[in-house]
Amino acid sequence: MQSTALTGGFAKAPQDAARAFRAVMNVMARPGLIETLTGAKPPAPLSDAAGTLALTLLDGSTPVHLAGALDCKDVRDWITFHTGAPFTGREHCAFAFGLWSDLLPLAGYPIGNPEYPDRGATLVVEMPALTASGVTLSGPGIKDAAALNLPDRAAFRANAMQFPLGLDFFFTSENRIAALPRSTKVEAA
Amino acid sequence: MTQDYNFAYLDEQTKRMIRRAILKGLAVPGYQVPFASREMPMPYGWGTGGVQVSASILTPEDTMKVIDQGADDTTNAVSIRKFFEKTAGVATSEETSKADVIQTRHRIPEQDLREDQILVYQVPIPEPLRFLEPRETETRKMHALEEYGLMHVKLYEDISKNGAISTSYAYPVKVEGRYVMDPSPIPKFDNPKLEMAAVQLFGAGREQRIYALPPYTRVVSLDFEDYPFEPSKADHACDLCGSDTSYLDEVIMDDAGGRMFVCSDTDFCRSRRAAGHVGAQGVPFEEDAA
Repeated sequence: MQSTALTGGFAKAPQDAARAFRAVMNVMARPGLIETLTGAKPPAPLSDAAGTLALTLLDGSTPVHLAGALDCKDVRDWITFHTGAPFTGREHCAFAFGLWSDLLPLAGYPIGNPEYPDRGATLVVEMPALTASGVTLSGPGIKDAAALNLPDRAAFRANAMQFPLGLDFFFTSENRIAALPRSTKVEAA
Repeated sequence: MTQDYNFAYLDEQTKRMIRRAILKGLAVPGYQVPFASREMPMPYGWGTGGVQVSASILTPEDTMKVIDQGADDTTNAVSIRKFFEKTAGVATSEETSKADVIQTRHRIPEQDLREDQILVYQVPIPEPLRFLEPRETETRKMHALEEYGLMHVKLYEDISKNGAISTSYAYPVKVEGRYVMDPSPIPKFDNPKLEMAAVQLFGAGREQRIYALPPYTRVVSLDFEDYPFEPSKADHACDLCGSDTSYLDEVIMDDAGGRMFVCSDTDFCRSRRAAGHVGAQGVPFEEDAA
């Protein structure tokens, strides 16, 4: 029991976190781009990509919300040991992890305020798979158009309508990651 | 590399805080994200903001280039390059095309940047409205309400006084039709290059702000229909390499009014001279000459 919490961290934290952040930054700067993200070995059901993202960005100053099946002792213990991030409900979180269906509804998360839009939460959505197909995306970071298999359309369109307020999303599946910031325009159905 | 420093100098907690600010900056292009700027082993005004951003994004495999007003060989550029050689153990280069991360003070390289490159700006005053409204509480409200009339009044007063918009550097831009942003004190000649394939990150150490432009973000220099924005440069060709498209520095040669114009981008000038171009006062290129 204890051992799953203590293992699976970065082997060389500064270098591994630097490489992981480069992938994380690249996907956030280029919505729809899918990158490989590895380094951490979190306990199930957290994916490697989501676990690596957690070790790269979380610490004592980032309240975390775990939704659905991710809110289990193994994952909690692992995040606590490796990052020290406090757990909280969705209304006070900086980061939330979960399946799309478990993270809904989006209404409860902080979206920032007009003077500090950066205080909007970041949601990490665990996906069965990531493919560069499906919903067409455009906006900053995208030359002409990009595509990503988003779990929904209307919710992301509504989120983008609130710009510059809103939520930012990462999508993770096994060791792959993609992102959808609030600035991206999501094509109508 | 010595192991006396943590990789890239900063501690991991600080890097995580800066990395989170960079991600929010990319998600809201042009908005200035507050961050807890650290004391660096160099004074404010010497690029502490850019250095903290670079330290947070560098990976061990990167090659880094540092320029100050386009030049690789000035004090600021040399000392920051050595700082990262020592604390991060990264390779460095003066060649734009070989660099993964380019930290810059007040210029954008002449050569177009690629998608896999990152440009980090050192920013002295990140708030474009600061000289018009000194109170942070008020400028924050103005950004929140998209209240940018004051900036247009300033440009209008330029025209009524001087007959043209006299702002020649740190020329304000509007990002994706929302935030007015200070592109740092780059010459307005460089403004059209702000729409590029590379990721652009801006760090202001003393003022504790980070902002960002994702690739291909729409960046429009503010102007009026009857006084459109004009990027300008000295009406001259480089005296060393003969380029008539690059941004030029004017160099005083003697007390009798002698002067020459040379490319501000030293790597661009060197590579042109290496390719056989010779300007009016230039001599044919020799490796390790000058």
